[in-house]
Amino acid sequence: MATFTILSPTAILGYGFPEASFERGLACNPDLIAVDAGSADPGPYYLGAGKSFTDRAAVRRDLGHLLPAAVKRGIPLVIGSAGGAGARPHLQWTVDIIEQLAQELGLAFRLGVIAADINPETLRAGLEQGGVQPLTGAPPLTAEAIDETAALVAQMGVEPLQNALATGCDVVVAGRAYDPAVFAALPILRGFDPGLALHLGKILECAAIAASPGSGADCALGILENDRFVLQALSDDRCFTPASVAAHTLYEKSNPCILPGPGGELDLREVHFEDIGRGRVAVSGSRFTASSDYCLKIEGARLVGYRCISIAGIRDPIMIASIGEILEQVRTRVDTLLPAAAQPGSLHFHVYGRDAVMGPGEPMRGHSAHELGVVIDAVCPTPEAADTLCSLTRSTLLHFGYPARIATAGNLAFPFSPSDLRAGAVYEFSVYHLLRADPLGLFPLTVRELGQ
Amino acid sequence: MTTLADIALVVRSKNTSPFTYCLDIIFRDAGDYARFKSGRLIDAGLIAGLYGIDREQVLDVIYFDPALAIKICLPRAISSGAPGDRDVYGAQQHAPLLLWQF
Repeated sequence: MATFTILSPTAILGYGFPEASFERGLACNPDLIAVDAGSADPGPYYLGAGKSFTDRAAVRRDLGHLLPAAVKRGIPLVIGSAGGAGARPHLQWTVDIIEQLAQELGLAFRLGVIAADINPETLRAGLEQGGVQPLTGAPPLTAEAIDETAALVAQMGVEPLQNALATGCDVVVAGRAYDPAVFAALPILRGFDPGLALHLGKILECAAIAASPGSGADCALGILENDRFVLQALSDDRCFTPASVAAHTLYEKSNPCILPGPGGELDLREVHFEDIGRGRVAVSGSRFTASSDYCLKIEGARLVGYRCISIAGIRDPIMIASIGEILEQVRTRVDTLLPAAAQPGSLHFHVYGRDAVMGPGEPMRGHSAHELGVVIDAVCPTPEAADTLCSLTRSTLLHFGYPARIATAGNLAFPFSPSDLRAGAVYEFSVYHLLRADPLGLFPLTVRELGQ
Repeated sequence: MTTLADIALVVRSKNTSPFTYCLDIIFRDAGDYARFKSGRLIDAGLIAGLYGIDREQVLDVIYFDPALAIKICLPRAISSGAPGDRDVYGAQQHAPLLLWQF
């Protein structure tokens, strides 16, 4: 019986893994080592600013184990959504680390680098031809939004990765990629069932998070067979159970039964999870249905301003009792001092202990804590304007003479000096749409021989 | 009175995209799940009440038998990480559901 074994070292490149688990995975003779390096979870900043949300030293540590293990044993290594957001700066950041390690460790291999950046013209043409659809909750796309977008990427499917692997690349580093594709590209190329391969990829992209107890910093093994796949933990600390795998199938997905992806959808309505002993779970019944139009998910972020924040505590019960009115009056006074027309920007109060997490949706109204944490959050078109708005709001609130006030020295307990902190550029997701496109054409491959 | 915290294995929230988030309930016991499913104890109307939104804003309530789970999809008022957002990962929006009494 043909099998295909995939070793997933960690949930996100840079989150780390125990060496013992990795060695145990290597002892199972994997046909592929694959790792997801990205996510949109940390928000739009990282895509827009071209920064990684993982730490360079931590990514270097992980790659320092993965590269020599893969290259010396001749196991293909595929890395998806390089550098977190998977745009050109993130891809280059990852390639720099790989080149440095290859040189230091004396490794020779063929490196394939696949970019995922989308030319704004391509998206504009798609928009004009009616080939763009917003994903749930996203506003309709406009030409203006495309113009304002600082970074634009598409989530590639299996095809560009298969193209790189078929070209003989030993190590493939891809920009933004559909997470499961990183794991499924090679087995599908070898003839394994796309539904099973993509479902296995969907689980392995989070490594041992789907095990029990879950961990984002431990390895997991997937063995693909003709009519099912088997999941196996690589540490004695955890195991896979039908419940842990089923629960993970729900994770971060809007519909657990139908998972749309590039070129089609994964149908899990007939899926079956079976405990086959020794901490292993067999999964069957996952099906892939190709769609008539091939669509790619496009992500874009635009700059909306610069942030300055001030963090302070409030312990005075008289002030806490009327905090809502006090903050509104402070806002009004600041508006008078800095008219919005002359100084555009947005001011938010995050009041911890009241409703900072849920805002207007907070059901526990009138249950203020005995102390509150306030984050003054100013976002303006320039860093200097944000400094001004934050500073003025902070000083106004500090000395605000609210009704019934007895504590006349100061209203805020600052944990830090300076009290105001610049928090840098602020981005928002400006594009989150499907684009009808060719599966391969938008993802150029660059092949290089390292260490020759 | 019982809360979901008493009987569920998992009650959690998480972004499903920068513009939407979901609430997941995974039951410990197949009987509890079956009771919730047959009686549709959790539906769009209940969620709208717990979260102070209109029933029409609840995008989906899905019962998923293989995991003994209910998934609820909701729109974000402010997209992830944009000015005014309060929970970039959407990971702390489950408390009203956790403490709902039935």
